[in-house]
Amino acid sequence: MAGFVDIEDVELTYRGENGGVLALQGTSLSVGKGEFAAVVGPSGCGKSTLMKLVTGLVRPQRGRVAVEGAVVDGPLKIAGMAFQNPTLLPWRRTIDNVLLPMEIVEPHRGRFRAEHARYKTMAEELLATVGLGGFGDRYPWELSGGMQQRASLCRALIHQPALLMLDEPFAALDAFTREELWCVLRDLWEKHRFTVILVTHDLREAVFLADTIHVMSARPGRIVTTRRIDLARPRELSVCYEPAFVDIVHELRDQIATVRRQ
Amino acid sequence: MISERQWERIAPWAFTAASILLWELACRLFRVDPFVLPAPSAIAEAFVIYWRPILRNSAVTLWTTLVGFGIAVVFGLVCGIVVGWSRFIYSGLYPVMVGFNSIPKVAVVPILIIWFGIGEVPAILTAFLISFFPIVVNVATGIATTEPELEDVLRALGAKKLDIMLKVGIPRSQPYFFGSLKVAITLAFVGAVVSETVGANAGIGHLMLQAGSNFQMPLVFAGLVALAIEGIVMYAIFAYFESRVVHWAFRSGRNAAA
Ligand SMILES: Nc1ncnc2c1ncn2[C@@H]1O[C@H](COP(=O)(O)OP(=O)(O)OP(=O)(O)O)[C@@H](O)[C@H]1O
Ligand SMILES: [Mg+2]
Repeated sequence: MAGFVDIEDVELTYRGENGGVLALQGTSLSVGKGEFAAVVGPSGCGKSTLMKLVTGLVRPQRGRVAVEGAVVDGPLKIAGMAFQNPTLLPWRRTIDNVLLPMEIVEPHRGRFRAEHARYKTMAEELLATVGLGGFGDRYPWELSGGMQQRASLCRALIHQPALLMLDEPFAALDAFTREELWCVLRDLWEKHRFTVILVTHDLREAVFLADTIHVMSARPGRIVTTRRIDLARPRELSVCYEPAFVDIVHELRDQIATVRRQ
Repeated sequence: MISERQWERIAPWAFTAASILLWELACRLFRVDPFVLPAPSAIAEAFVIYWRPILRNSAVTLWTTLVGFGIAVVFGLVCGIVVGWSRFIYSGLYPVMVGFNSIPKVAVVPILIIWFGIGEVPAILTAFLISFFPIVVNVATGIATTEPELEDVLRALGAKKLDIMLKVGIPRSQPYFFGSLKVAITLAFVGAVVSETVGANAGIGHLMLQAGSNFQMPLVFAGLVALAIEGIVMYAIFAYFESRVVHWAFRSGRNAAA
């Protein structure tokens, strides 16, 4: 089955001073175009490594990684990424942080100066959709953690990437802000339908947002189960309290507990 | 009444004035030999009498310091960027530079004098050698400590090393750079004066050496005071410069390593 992202039987060892660390082995994963995939698994099992593989930041020693049918043999050039840490540049205003990808990705890069006004409007609109309207001229250190994370999400999306990679983006936020940002991400995804791979520790987050959830084993990580989530869309936060939702969360929790014991 | 805040502002001045007064009193009360420790009044007198040579020699010292410092800034920036560019160069060159820096620069002065003769050149070179290192290390550290996640974000967008350097590495190293300047200027000043006292025909160091051999202690101390004033002013200028140029680093609470 050819998806948008295909990982086939990859193996990856990090070389280190005291021998290597086998991070991934026999890992296979397929994500369709426009699909929202979530990856969950015990800490240190290689989830972040999987993200780096897909974006071409590291190369597997064995196996094959392909995006849009093309084998990944270097950094992707199109993927938007966001991490737990917002990593905004403190010397740039929020809007200029959001516009950073436009200064790098072709074809925007060449047009950036000439069409600066248009790009600025785009960035302002995007900021407004995540609830940061009017904050573009502030510096990142003038924003709260949740606001910075919203800006970081905007930075990952400004160039309308076909692939969005999120590595525990909401892990450092309080529960209310986190749920608010789930909805922000849900709305953005409903609107643009980019392909998402979301790494998370929060099973409710995964079930609420994703179409499919991939459960990874302890290190060396491989996908042990893939669970489709067929809850109707668009999902409201209230879905989190419905029995069907709670059942799925419990089922996944049991699976992870089993995986951790092994 | 004077409020607590106002007290805090005048405190440094008050303490300075008080210690000068104490010094003066001690010299008079205990009849300290002016050859051992001249009283502030005697030093002030020397200033009035010798203001021309003090000014002229200060200008020389200032000039050699600034030239050496200027060269150090240019080379330090370039080397810092090169060293910070790759982890490979960083790990290879860093120990070499630490080793080089651990040589007391004073020990190099005689060699420089043999090579370049007595004059301004050894002073300039000493100022350069001594102030170069903190600039390189700070710039390189600023660049090399770029968050790996941020680098990943940019590389996944197709950024080249040069892009990452221009957009992140170099701006990021700015607070480190400007932080190092105020340290470097002070060091350059020390280097220039040390070199002057070993072998030069002008400069405050030279003036003090000569005054000392003529037993003119008040003039020696006047030279010392002139050095203190110059040093403080240069430090203050660069400290002010630092806080203005990279206000974001102060505001975001991420201070540079000095
Ligand atoms: N740069 C690296 N060099 C050496 N080993 C590494 C490196 N990055 C990760 N590892 C190792 O690879 C394994 C997987 O790391 P990874 O960061 O992918 O885990 P993770 O699933 O994202 O963990 P967490 O949930 O805690 O973020 C870990 O055991 C880690 O020690
Ligand atoms: Mg991780």
